[in-house]
Amino acid sequence: MPKFTLRINGRAHEVEAPESMPLLWALRDLVGLTGTKYGCGRSQCGACTVHVDGEAVRSCTLRLSRVGDREITTIEGLSADGSHAVQRAWVAEEVPQCGYCQPGQVMAAAALLAANPAPTDAQIDETLSDNICRCGTYQRVRKAIHRAAREG
Amino acid sequence: MTRITTDSVTPHPHPDSSPGDDAEGRRGPEPTRLDRRAFVKLGAAAGGGLLLGGGFASPRVRAAEATPDGHAWAAGFQPNAFVHIAEDGQITVWVGKSDMGQGVRTALPMIVADELDADWDLVRSVQADAHPDKYGRQMPVGSASVRGGAWMALRRAGATAREMLVTAAAAAWGVPVSECRTAASEVIHEPSGRRVGYGSLAEAASALPVPTDPKLKDPSEFTLIGTDVPQVDARAKVMGQAGFGLDVRVPGMRFATVVRPAVLGGTLARLDEAEARRQPGVRDVVRISSGVAVVADHTWAAFEGAKALACEWESDFAMSTPDISRHHAALCEGEGVVARREGDASAALGSGAVRIGADYEVPYLAHATMEPMNCTAHVQDDRCEVWAPTQNPQGTQATAARITGLPVERVTVHVTYLGCGWGRRSRTDFVEDAVETSMKIGGPVQVVWTREEDMRNDQYRPSSMIRFEGALDARGRLAALTARVAGPPLGVTDGRSRDRGGVDRNAVDGVVSMLYHVPNLLVDYCRSDVQVPTGYWRSVGPSGNCFMVEGFIDELAVAGGRDPLAFRLEMLEAHPRMKHVLETAARMADWGGSLPEGRGRGIGLVEDKGGIVAQIAEVSVQDGEVRVHRVWCAADCGQIIHPGIVDAQITGSIVTGLTAALHGEITIEEGRVVQSNFHDYPMLRMREMPEVEVHIVRNHEPPGGVGEPAVPPIAPAVANAVFAATGQRIRTLPIRLA
Repeated sequence: MPKFTLRINGRAHEVEAPESMPLLWALRDLVGLTGTKYGCGRSQCGACTVHVDGEAVRSCTLRLSRVGDREITTIEGLSADGSHAVQRAWVAEEVPQCGYCQPGQVMAAAALLAANPAPTDAQIDETLSDNICRCGTYQRVRKAIHRAAREG
Repeated sequence: MTRITTDSVTPHPHPDSSPGDDAEGRRGPEPTRLDRRAFVKLGAAAGGGLLLGGGFASPRVRAAEATPDGHAWAAGFQPNAFVHIAEDGQITVWVGKSDMGQGVRTALPMIVADELDADWDLVRSVQADAHPDKYGRQMPVGSASVRGGAWMALRRAGATAREMLVTAAAAAWGVPVSECRTAASEVIHEPSGRRVGYGSLAEAASALPVPTDPKLKDPSEFTLIGTDVPQVDARAKVMGQAGFGLDVRVPGMRFATVVRPAVLGGTLARLDEAEARRQPGVRDVVRISSGVAVVADHTWAAFEGAKALACEWESDFAMSTPDISRHHAALCEGEGVVARREGDASAALGSGAVRIGADYEVPYLAHATMEPMNCTAHVQDDRCEVWAPTQNPQGTQATAARITGLPVERVTVHVTYLGCGWGRRSRTDFVEDAVETSMKIGGPVQVVWTREEDMRNDQYRPSSMIRFEGALDARGRLAALTARVAGPPLGVTDGRSRDRGGVDRNAVDGVVSMLYHVPNLLVDYCRSDVQVPTGYWRSVGPSGNCFMVEGFIDELAVAGGRDPLAFRLEMLEAHPRMKHVLETAARMADWGGSLPEGRGRGIGLVEDKGGIVAQIAEVSVQDGEVRVHRVWCAADCGQIIHPGIVDAQITGSIVTGLTAALHGEITIEEGRVVQSNFHDYPMLRMREMPEVEVHIVRNHEPPGGVGEPAVPPIAPAVANAVFAATGQRIRTLPIRLA
């Protein structure tokens, strides 16, 4: 089976896996980083969102053979202690309900703010519409992104 | 009894430490006081079970009862199943209900802590394992996390502990109990100014008899209940640290997925597993009751193996959605079983000034929880351990015991976080998969359904139909209404229907429970036996019935030339709480005020599971698409515990209901479920999210449901608003404009 060296959260990880394996399953089942979630397996729900070289990517459809040496950041690597502005804003606004989609929401929001430090409602809606929250936390997600933009 | 479940916060006593000593060598409770093992009944409504409380078991007994997975003991005071006070003042509250986003790990400990007068900073929350009776009914369904048994059981748990701590302090000081008060985990003797922390009193309190009738607070004395304390798990959830079922990792475990029948009611006729076994990482292919499990080194290999399986299924069920609709319409032509009767509806229909009729219909719906069904199990010769995102811990335990043949006490069920519940996780089909697979392979395994298997192997919210007829008197008041409900009961394929004399309670819920005063009313039920599996779906019967009832009520108002708000209010004179809620929503929305061009407003109203909710939606229609701009919602759920959680639950319920109203439809084609994933079973996304304003009516009525009652009214509010905006009446869901 092919071997891949993945750069995840600033560390190199060797994994042995089929080339077709999406990054999601390497993260969860081979590297042991379970914060990134499986929701649909076809880039529909955003629960698996990670950063690849700083951009929000759906890891459930990104094959290992296409990752290369790009830097991957998962929810575990966003901050060591929950101190990232988005995480702090999320806690302050008490966004999560069940919480399952929230790592993906947080990663999507963090990538948005990195590219656009003060997004409008329309820009937030545009980007975050790629992430489904079945509990319906959207209103608080929007508020929390504005808070994170404000409080940095 | 001091048996507690520890996590990393609590010191683990060494298993070999001498009797009575804890891990740090401190003297623990006196041994062998089995005579003090009292039983305290913490409210009959807590599932009718007796909750073990009081006294202390001997260390020998404690060691024997210790479970293999790290359960251990700590010194301190545990007067009942829910609360433990350690000698360092740490207060642990066990949460018997599963957390699926309704915030029980925060809200339930708040109830205990308030009656206990605990310092909230010293309280931690621990998810309880399944137990047949210790925590009452552990199933959070029917919006019953708080309402029903838990509210009083948890208050009494806190009050019991408080009373024992006060008694211990008063005895130590030699003062009357009546001179002592409590605040922030301290007993205070005002006359002398003395005070002592709960931790220091734990040992003395543990020796006292357990009071059987502790005094509860007057609601005016609540200090935590009704406040927005920070939720205990928000941080873990935004750091990816909250452990869901899929995140369970057990040493040596395999990953598996299950291929289930591709046709409803199907059985496996032929299987070719050779290609599946050739997939890299696939370890085994095993037959289990529900289908075929592919066992692998990781989830991806299991999924790839499943794709490579060649299965043929046989089933007698070959209906399609249009057949089901025609069948239900035909049932409406026949006779129904009377579910509710007031006056003489058929006579009054004939003598009304205005008479109208209409058929309404709702589709099957899948739950589509964000976390697909999964369960991890490790079955050994003499024990079974299960980790499950379940709304039914006790059912999970009983299921595993039944399959393995082990006694219930040899089955440990750990309840993980649940990535949504919606009632789907009250079933145990996914538990059966994991337990059977573990038995087949002889080791620990996590069984994960693909999203596709999840959507096609659901127990769906039933599709049903209501045929209405109504008549208004000369003054435009509702004089007569008949509603014939045709649809399957819940559990139609497995005989679990709650049939009462020919009427399925769930199928007619939201119709028979309608609070409007109608002098002549007839509700009857025609049972459908269409063999599509049906089950609890957030808000259950009213999820569809409220749309149909409130839609037809709106039609009646329009037929009589009446304002839909005034028409409803005059029928609610006997229900002041509901009237108040509707008036509140109308005031919030400025009902009757001017609207932007092209917009319309509609009302939806329900009393469901002890919660009363009114919603007004404002919509427009652009290019044939419904756009919901704003929703005003007023809710009376009785005494609430945590306003922020209630607001979140209600806003989230509106999203659930709106998703169903605008998008939700499972269709059947020759016995097969057509939809498979979020591309063809879409969820509401952020760009469609209306501006939602929630007002919670504050009172001290007994707690009502919070997690469900705000689901039903949004569909009729939106459909009625579409009529107001366009003149087009919506009688089926999801809303599709002509």
